[in-house]
Amino acid sequence: MIESGHVLNVSHLTVDYGNENTPALALRDVSLSVDPGEFVGLVGESGSGKSTLAYAILRLLHGGRVVEGSIEVSGQNVYELDSNHLRKFRWETVSMVFQGAMNSLNPVLTVEQHIFETIRAHDESVTLTALRSRTDELLDMVEIDKRRAQHYPHQLSGGMKQRVVIALAIALNPKLVIMDEPTTALDVVVQRAILDRIGEIQKRQRFAVLFITHDLSLVEQIAQTVSIMYAGKIVETTPVEQLLTGTLHHPYTRGLLNAIPELLEDNVAISSIPGHPPEITRLPSGCAFHPRCLYAKDECRMSPPILKLYAGSWIACERLPELEELYSDQ
Amino acid sequence: MKFVAQRFLFLLLSVWAAITINFFLPRMMPGNPAEVMLARYQGKLNPQALHALALQFGISHQPLWVQYWSYLISLLHGNLGVSVSYYPTPVTTVIAQSLPWTLALAGTATVISVVAGTWLGVISAWHRGTIVDDILPIATTVSSAIPYFWMALLLLYLFGFLLGWFPLGHAYSTIMVPSWSAGFVGNLLAHAILPLSTILISSLGGWLMSMRNNMLHILDDDFMTFGEARGLSSRRLVYIYAARNAILPNLTGFSMALGFVVSGALLTEIVFSYPGLGYQLFTAVENEDYPLMQGLFLIIALAVLLANFITELIYARLDPRVREE
Amino acid sequence: MIRPVREKFPLSLRSLRKVDEVKRPSSIWSRMLGNTKFRWGLTIFMLFVLMAILAPVISPYSPTLTSFTPLDPPSLKHLLGTTANGQDVLSQVIWGTRISLGVGVGAGALSIVISIAIGLLAGYKGGLADKILTTVTNIVLVIPGLPLIIVVAAYVRATGPLTIALVIGLTGWAWGARVLRSQSLSLASRDYVTAAKLQGNSDAYIIRQEILPNMISLIVANFVYSVLSAILAEAALEFLGFGNVSDVSWGTMLYWANNGQALLSGAWWWFVPPGLAIAMVGASLALMNYGVDEIANPKLSVHRKRRANKRS
Repeated sequence: MIESGHVLNVSHLTVDYGNENTPALALRDVSLSVDPGEFVGLVGESGSGKSTLAYAILRLLHGGRVVEGSIEVSGQNVYELDSNHLRKFRWETVSMVFQGAMNSLNPVLTVEQHIFETIRAHDESVTLTALRSRTDELLDMVEIDKRRAQHYPHQLSGGMKQRVVIALAIALNPKLVIMDEPTTALDVVVQRAILDRIGEIQKRQRFAVLFITHDLSLVEQIAQTVSIMYAGKIVETTPVEQLLTGTLHHPYTRGLLNAIPELLEDNVAISSIPGHPPEITRLPSGCAFHPRCLYAKDECRMSPPILKLYAGSWIACERLPELEELYSDQ
Repeated sequence: MKFVAQRFLFLLLSVWAAITINFFLPRMMPGNPAEVMLARYQGKLNPQALHALALQFGISHQPLWVQYWSYLISLLHGNLGVSVSYYPTPVTTVIAQSLPWTLALAGTATVISVVAGTWLGVISAWHRGTIVDDILPIATTVSSAIPYFWMALLLLYLFGFLLGWFPLGHAYSTIMVPSWSAGFVGNLLAHAILPLSTILISSLGGWLMSMRNNMLHILDDDFMTFGEARGLSSRRLVYIYAARNAILPNLTGFSMALGFVVSGALLTEIVFSYPGLGYQLFTAVENEDYPLMQGLFLIIALAVLLANFITELIYARLDPRVREE
Repeated sequence: MIRPVREKFPLSLRSLRKVDEVKRPSSIWSRMLGNTKFRWGLTIFMLFVLMAILAPVISPYSPTLTSFTPLDPPSLKHLLGTTANGQDVLSQVIWGTRISLGVGVGAGALSIVISIAIGLLAGYKGGLADKILTTVTNIVLVIPGLPLIIVVAAYVRATGPLTIALVIGLTGWAWGARVLRSQSLSLASRDYVTAAKLQGNSDAYIIRQEILPNMISLIVANFVYSVLSAILAEAALEFLGFGNVSDVSWGTMLYWANNGQALLSGAWWWFVPPGLAIAMVGASLALMNYGVDEIANPKLSVHRKRRANKRS
């Protein structure tokens, strides 16, 4: 096994939710790596497979299965762990903040009990005093009043529940924290506060983050690298600066960027991408984006494009060399 | 606390309703059943007793509300009238003799059935997708459709008559004198096994299925996956996560199920001549002992209502969302 | 796990109606018939209905004829043997279907009509009417049914199938009312109902067009359930001798078997068939109920798909 130096290395991952007769490929040939301490944004529409990737990393694919590729975390293949090591791997190495944070907590346990059980599941010898002081520390980090430790989930607001879930995610000092739309259900002000909090904690604790969202503007501000997903495939991976400076991008990324309203600028045309993302049971041939792409031509319908490095970004597009010209013609 | 107060209020309200139904039933029935009964006992009972009976069943010139009021007052004094078939034993005495048998039989059966059914429901939901999961729904659907009394007849025939393993009825052999000796207790148990099994077989499936269905809903909840992701042990996930939450809706369904189990227990008692409330109710109806019949109905209703109230208290203990409201 | 994608749709009346149209009754009926458990249940039940209708044709003898050898075990002449009174058991079982099913369906229908009326009124109207009706429903729900039915049956001396059906129907509506209330409460707050109200439609129209069609599966499930408990209650009452014991029904057969010492004389053929018939009709109804339940709560059958996945 090659020690890659990456904390997460997903290579050529394909995940199928279907059966023999109708395959439903939620992920197709996905490759992605995260370095220690790195903040990676993974952006895509609903159903693009970004949550599937998150679940696949933690081996939590209920009903789906990995048909190709591998996932390595700190050089260890996740799908080769036995059940005991898997249980340890979960949360000690990789933790995750779920999309449905509102419903992530057990209704009959208090905040404190959640933290206690999480730590105890990985270290039975830990003392009650140690548990208490760690709980205080964690709640402090996510800016929740200590007195809330005795509260049940239904007594907390959505934002507070989300903070508790984040506290749980960092409780065991994991190397990687996956955040699956951690702020989607919250209102904008709370969203902002939580995002800032995540950024600060991440800087202090130095864990890597894989931040999954449908909102490109959200990751622009905190991520270092951004990957764009479309119909189960990563179409572009790019340093975040390149998104802001407007260099060459995949047509889909370009569409997403054009759909972000810029409050500070006047007279910028906002345009949405025409059409709808495909269903995973009925994927178009070749590049899955071609039916919606303004620049598609015959070769795009033939074979799926692979990621190629171009001007500092990895882009999967058959027409990559011509794109610059095509964009400027507009 | 507010929840408990609310449930207590409902307990009072439903007890009042049961009492009121009990009061109006004989007065509303066509064909004046009370007069028919009085005519039957004319000459067999003394005039005071007949007069008391007439008052109790509304053969009186007093306005209805006066009757109702004196009925409530006498209930408060624990007076349910006098049984005519066991004349002059008061109804309360007859009930006091049969209540313990029903409590022991139906109570034990219900507790075993709820605990075992719930546990099996948890197990089967956790191991969904296995062969057990295919057979279970069919087996429980069929068992839930079997009438209690027929199940009782079958068990009685098989294990009582054909095999002779268990006695054919009653709570203990009439030649024995009740005591706490091992022999007598063994005799009690031998008599209780068939009725107990009847209730268990007929009611277990219901608990099992509803627990299984609740579990299947909970297993798909986000907090289950989140718990799994945190590396919690499957033991903890099954019991503290899934079962602990799945049991809550089961408790609220208890009110309906309890009525069925009690009804089933009453029928079972009748088949096995087990001297509890059900058997007593049956003989009271056969003997047209209306005071006893009414008293028994009231006591059965009160017992069910009280059991329900206790379930609500347990529910409040288990669900923090209800506890603090 | 694929999470459901919440589609945002524009809030125009047209589109709301379209969303609703998907669940229109015709598709619900076909979905129920498409469910294996429901179809099996319905088939078995219809066989019994057929047996009830064709009783005069298929019954070998008259059910009341007492001219045979008493307590004759099953033979070619009497496939299910004879009773202590010398009646043919098979003929009695066949004829008994009529009263058992008739009372069951009649009482079930009465229950469900009351359930719908009270459930709809409480859930749709809300307010004080809802408070009162809900309290009444809850009280009826917790007061044990069978003892009440026994007491009523004891008072109403001249009991026949009709009285029994009435008593069972009038006491058995509470659970259905409770379930239908919460469903209509949730339906009444849906956007398309609000839209229909804003358009100035009458309550009767909205209930008929928007609420009822969306409760069909619940109503069917509760009806089936009511019929099941009515058949069991009827059998219990007749077994106890509270019906007209000279009627031929499965319940009275068991009454006579029990009083005629069928057990003591080892005449299993006397008490097994009627009980088995009750259990089979009951199981057919329970299967239908289970099938409807699976349609309403897809999670109950989800495990099958998962297993298919694991196999592949």
